[in-house]
Formats: sequence, structure tokens, C-alpha cells
Amino acid sequence: MTIPEHLRYTKTHEWARQDEGEIVVGITAHAQEELRDVVYVELPAAGKTVKQGDPIAVVESVKAAFDIYAPISGTVARNNAALQKTPQLVNQDCYGNGWFFAIRPSQPEELNALLTADGYAALLKTTAH
Amino acid sequence: MSDASGPMQRTILYPEHLALGAKMTPFNGWDMPLYYSSILDEHKAVRTAVGIFDVSHMGQVFVRGPQALAMLDELVVSRLDTLAQGRACYSLMLHERGGIVDDIIVFRVGPEECLVVVNCANREKDVQWMQQHRREGDRAGTILAGEEVPHADGRAAVDVRLEPDRAILAVQGPEAAGLLDEVLKQRVSSLGRFDITTVASLGSRAWISRTGYTGSDGFELFVPNAQAVALWKRLVNAGQSRGIHPIGLGARDTLRLEAGLRLCGTDMDESTSPYEADLGWTVALSKPSFIGKPVLVEQAASGVARRLAGFALDEGPVPRHGCALVVGDREVGTVTSGTFSLMLNQPIGMGFIERSLATPGTRIGVMIRSKAHPATVVKLPFWRNPSAAKPVEAGAGKSLAS
Repeated sequence: MTIPEHLRYTKTHEWARQDEGEIVVGITAHAQEELRDVVYVELPAAGKTVKQGDPIAVVESVKAAFDIYAPISGTVARNNAALQKTPQLVNQDCYGNGWFFAIRPSQPEELNALLTADGYAALLKTTAH
Repeated sequence: MSDASGPMQRTILYPEHLALGAKMTPFNGWDMPLYYSSILDEHKAVRTAVGIFDVSHMGQVFVRGPQALAMLDELVVSRLDTLAQGRACYSLMLHERGGIVDDIIVFRVGPEECLVVVNCANREKDVQWMQQHRREGDRAGTILAGEEVPHADGRAAVDVRLEPDRAILAVQGPEAAGLLDEVLKQRVSSLGRFDITTVASLGSRAWISRTGYTGSDGFELFVPNAQAVALWKRLVNAGQSRGIHPIGLGARDTLRLEAGLRLCGTDMDESTSPYEADLGWTVALSKPSFIGKPVLVEQAASGVARRLAGFALDEGPVPRHGCALVVGDREVGTVTSGTFSLMLNQPIGMGFIERSLATPGTRIGVMIRSKAHPATVVKLPFWRNPSAAKPVEAGAGKSLAS
């Protein structure tokens, strides 16, 4: 199960990556594996103000819909329009082209409170399924 | 409606599902495969190649005796008096208020023997219902519950029994016929839709029918448990070169919905009339009597207020059971089943809607997470098999007794 070292993670299976002034967010390999076929993604509009922990996006598989939570507070800078036509990108390339949205952080220190790759790996080990 | 009391039941093929890496799920008290690879992968395999399903959780009820057909004829909405040996009929059992007890398939496997396949969720209910209503064939006679009462001229009462140690394997998709001809060494590809015959190589209690719940061409095999595992393995192995996939309940649901087929308990239940479920074609009001007929006669005359209809969303999220259907601000119905259609590449669903709006082409909104998503009422099925096996005329008397 891939857990890239350079990313940060949430307990709700989002990943976060620093990209100049923005934090890019997506879902982890574990999450897309559990979801299987992603058929629809609902993304927050650019300009939306968000608080850490807010549900701000939705990802739908054939069986169910799941909330995606903002890993940090700030303003949505942009979202991945490609997911509208090709939601399968989430399954195919969850850490790359399957990214969901980018946030301009209002409190950048929040990023440090997120899980490291090791922390996320430990979380996955303790989660029974 | 899962059974929370006691351990879950397993079919005889349970170890095969684990060996194939299935993600298991509880289904009405049974531990069943939800998917093996992914729901859409498996859906695609059935539409383009061949899929094999374990549907042994459904009940196989054998109804035997000189009055077997007459007894069933009283319980279902369709005419069974013209059901020839070797033929099957999809029908509905109603209760006295005209609501649907279950949808079933009646297979006439012998001159005095029918195999009735019932929904898993309704196994016990259906058997009890049938046993309560065993007749001696005399429609004017009284119903005697649970007693072996011989007919006036000495004929025995009908025997109704669910045989538990049996399995059902469904093999569905364009490659199904070729695969089964090869593996069973029998020309099952010459069977017409809704024909049933014995499988020569598997003995007198094993049958194959050209039926299924996917909308693609396919077959169902009804075999004793003792034969099921070896048969499954032979089909999976021989099917590799045809692209066979094992198929779980997840894809079973997306396939049946895409084919416009209803699920009892989800799209219809005891509060639903056949006319509301848009299954009026199964009802033979010309029959002298059947349980629920008086109510249906009334409904056929006055019409029903709501009807089950199919709809497709322009785009967007997946409709789910319970979502409201709207026209402007007005709620006009509710979703009963929803999914993403692989063949149409758009979200689809079925639901009850005001009768006047159930016309194909009507524009409606589907409320998903507080937003109305535009959709169009469409005629079912959403997808039709382009090269379907020719249906044989009902009651054409094609006897396939071996």
C-alpha cells in the first residue's frame, strides 16, 4: 500500500502536499482502494472559505457517497476540473492527476499537525477491517 | 433486512469466493461476495464476455403432485394452465389486498412437478404462504392449513418443500452459451429464452434454464450442492479463454437495474400493486380466480395514482433509494433504486412517480444532497441486449423432458 513519504495525511484518508503557496489535497491509495470505482466527484468552488475538518467535497462510488474533509483552513484556490469528465483518475492516479482541490492556507502551521507517512501507516495498521 | 440473530448462512461455494479474493458482505442473513475485482469491472465482463454468479442464496421450492400447477395457478397473477413442461414463467404472488408477496419464476420441470425460485429475503415467507394455500385443485374448496387432506377422489394434496441442499449458478453474457455447450457437452445454446431442461451429465435433479437477472443472454444452473463446487471450478477454468469473471452481488444489482428489472423489497413490496410496479403485463385478468384478483380488477378499471418509472440523469451524482423526485418545488415521487450505468455512461434510477408524469420524455429533478439534478423519464429497459435469443411464444408446448 503506497504511502508517499513527502506527503502529509489526515485520519480521514486525505493527503496534503505543499505546492508553493497552496496545499494540494487528494485521497490516499487506501481510500480509493476501499471505494473501488469512482463514478462522480463533487468539488468545492474556487473562492470558498473552509475550516479544517469541514466536509467540502464528495466522492461517489457505485455503492455509496463519501465526504472529503478540508485538512487545513483557508480559501479554495482551484479544483481539478478533469475529475468531472474522468472521475476514474482518482482510482488510476490518486496522488497525481487524481488530486481534488488546492487550498490557500490561512493558518499554515496546521499542516504540521497532520500525520506523517509513518503516522498514517501506523493508523492503517490499527484500523481493523 | 439482514438477520442479526445468529451466524450468517453460507452457500456451498463460500470457500471458492474466499479463494478468489472476494470482498464479502452480509445479505439477508447470508455471507455473500459483493465483488471480486470491482463492481464496474464485473459489470463490463458480463456485458462483453461472460460472468459466473453464485446465487444459491435464493430458495428452490419444489411443488409436486397432480394438482401442483393448479395450486400455483391460484397463487400467481399469470396463467399457468398453459405452461408446458420445459418452460418457465416470471410471475407475482399477491396477498388478498393485491400487494406483492414476492416475484418468482415458476419452472415446469415435470408433468407434475414445478421448481419455484424465490427471493432470498422471502424464502421462509414464501414457503409458508405456499404451504398455507395448498389446494386439492378444487377452486371452490376450502383452504386447510398444514394438513394432508386428500382430494375427494383420493388424489394426494400438493407437496411443497424448499430443498435447502441445492445451489444455483448463473452464467451470463455473450460467451455464456458457447462456454456451457463446451463444458456441459450439451447443446444448451439451442434453448429458447425461458426454456428449462435437465443437464444430462449431472443427473435427473440438475437443470439448466435460459433465464437470468442481467438483461444479457445467459443461463441458470440448478444443481444439488454435491455437484456445485466441481461445476463452478470447471466453468471458471474453461471460461478463462473467454474472459470469464466471477461476479458479486454489487454488479448483480447494477446489471439488473440497467436491464430495467425490479428488486422485490427495494422497488416493490407488499404495499405495491402490480400496476404500480408497472408489471401489468404479468397479470391475466381472464383467469377465473387468483389471490388478489378482485382488487386488481378494480385497479385496472380506475387506474393507480403512482407508477414505477425509469429515469436517467443528464450528469452528476448517483441517485439512491429514498431521494425525492421533483418538478419545480413540488415533490412528485421517490427513488427506489439508483446506480451508475456503465453502458449508458450516466446515472440511472427507478422510482415511484405520479402517474401523469410517468411518461418517457418527462423532465424531472432528482434531489441529491439538497440539490435538484435534472433528469428525464425513460422507457425501460435502459439497455437492451442487441442480439437477444429469440423468445419462444408462451405456452408453445415445447417439451424438453429428457
